[in-house]
Amino acid sequence: MSDVLAPGRSGGVSALYAGNARAVVARNLAATKTSNWTVVLSGFFEPVFYLFAMGVGLGTYVGDVTLPSGLHVEYAAYIAPGLLAVSAMNGAVYDSTWNVFFKMRFARLYEAMLATSLGPLDVAFGEISYALLRGAVYATGFLTVMQVMGLNLSWTAVLALPAVVLVAFGFASFGMAITSLMKTFQQMDWINIVLLPMFLLSATFFPISVYPAPLQWLIQAMPLWHAVELVRGLTTGDLPPSTWWHVVYFVAMIGIGLTVTTRRLRALFLA
Amino acid sequence: MVAARGLTKRFGDFVAVDGIDFEVAPGESFGLLGPNGAGKSTTMRMVGAVSARSGGDLTVLGLDPDDHGPRIRAQLGVVPQEDNLDGELTARGNLVTYGRYFGIPRSVCAQRATELLEFAQLSERADAKVDELSGGMKRRLTIARALVNEPRLLMLDEPTTGLDPQARHILWDRLFRLKEQGTTLVVTTHFMDEAEQLCERLVVVDHGQIMAEGSPAELIRRYSSREVAELRFGTDRNEAAARVLAEVGDRLEILPDRVLVYASDGEAILEQVAARGLRPTTSLVRRSSLEDVFLRLTGRSLIE
Ligand SMILES: Nc1ncnc2c1ncn2[C@@H]1O[C@H](COP(=O)(O)OP(=O)(O)O)[C@@H](O)[C@H]1O
Ligand SMILES: [Mg+2]
Repeated sequence: MSDVLAPGRSGGVSALYAGNARAVVARNLAATKTSNWTVVLSGFFEPVFYLFAMGVGLGTYVGDVTLPSGLHVEYAAYIAPGLLAVSAMNGAVYDSTWNVFFKMRFARLYEAMLATSLGPLDVAFGEISYALLRGAVYATGFLTVMQVMGLNLSWTAVLALPAVVLVAFGFASFGMAITSLMKTFQQMDWINIVLLPMFLLSATFFPISVYPAPLQWLIQAMPLWHAVELVRGLTTGDLPPSTWWHVVYFVAMIGIGLTVTTRRLRALFLA
Repeated sequence: MVAARGLTKRFGDFVAVDGIDFEVAPGESFGLLGPNGAGKSTTMRMVGAVSARSGGDLTVLGLDPDDHGPRIRAQLGVVPQEDNLDGELTARGNLVTYGRYFGIPRSVCAQRATELLEFAQLSERADAKVDELSGGMKRRLTIARALVNEPRLLMLDEPTTGLDPQARHILWDRLFRLKEQGTTLVVTTHFMDEAEQLCERLVVVDHGQIMAEGSPAELIRRYSSREVAELRFGTDRNEAAARVLAEVGDRLEILPDRVLVYASDGEAILEQVAARGLRPTTSLVRRSSLEDVFLRLTGRSLIE
């Protein structure tokens, strides 16, 4: 056996990416097997409980909601897609922030991964894909519940599944990028401080037309609003051409998230 | 396999590795011996292609880590100073998963995991979570993990620091076997006994610089005498006793708790000490070790 390797292609993407993100996903699946199943299951049940409490319970008092196009839908059919988007967000954000923060700062897992032939982009891609996979599983379950309850009003509802995957991908990449910049638990708490108002305000439970214009603009700049509008358009069949902007928003979020995460992992573990 | 020339690492203004030269040949077991903060781990990280050098030349397996990090890492087995095993997986899970990071097919990983658990004497604990393993077991698992990609070069950063004597001996025994099989080893340590046990050739490092290079026996021959008489006179009387002993032996070292007299014949020294009317509270004659080499080179002991 020779003691030197033949020089081959070098630098560029090959230093960042070995095309083996699935090994990272497989690692997470193996870890999930031994993890706390109540946490895993609560990710599915939480939005279902919201749907029953708010949609069915509160819905009998609220009556129908009028969409911007003039379409009337019952309240449960209005909030269900919002909750679907929120559950995608929560799953993706939980896996890409707290879990990643722990692995990065305490478990030294990424240090171990990056001492192998994996590159930072494999790690970023793998972690994000896993977060997204979990989001997609929850979303499939929730969409099934919606179907059973008759809340999917159009055939385009099947497209809500890829849409939710896109949304989860966006939140996961952005969440991981933010987390890679964080150093302390206190900083991690800021993530919750941003998430809660976004959840309560972003047209999940009522249209944003109730707010003054400046607040509406602020909400429209937030990712969750785009997620809710996109998913709601698909499950209700109310799809104006501007729907594409929501897609563009998330594609941009994914691009920025992956770039920042890859750079940060490289700076943190390969500098 | 490794060639470093003027290798340097700076952290801001601080120079952690200060222009070191060394080479590692195939099949050799090479050591870096030095106290805490000498720059050993920093050097290992540069060779392991997980830390970019600040200056000098470095090739690992003939390639420059700046350009070929992933290809180099694919051929290395790395045991870092602090274990970074995957706490959410079992012992076996750690090996299989780590193999998958190298892109090795699952079935091959599974078979190697079984063999390596055997090698690390962990077959019975294969399904235990990492946290349930003792320090020595974790260390052996980390070594097994470093072998899963059948590396050409195995790098161990302080492999037995923090282990009890029995666990250290089990670990050394495993490393011996690897050596016998022709694995190339690079080991860092601040234990002179470990360096003597494991390294055919070593460099003594201090403050990021190489102080000396050679085999343990060569270094002892060059920088120390054959034997050492260790004399204890009591904390405040060592200095005074040393003045009386100035002419005795080849060389003296006065430490806070004892006086070391270097000579080819230690017993003869004890006689001369007695002849000068000195009564040490304890005295002992031993062979020179790398500890004495380090003391000679730096004026300090390895473990402070
Ligand atoms: N990431 C870092 N940033 C700043 N200083 C560092 C860093 N890593 C190591 N050092 C410093 O470099 C010196 C050498 O450290 P190290 O290589 O860990 O020594 P050793 O392994 O020989 O104990 C120490 O003084 C240490 O504090
Ligand atoms: Mg060290």
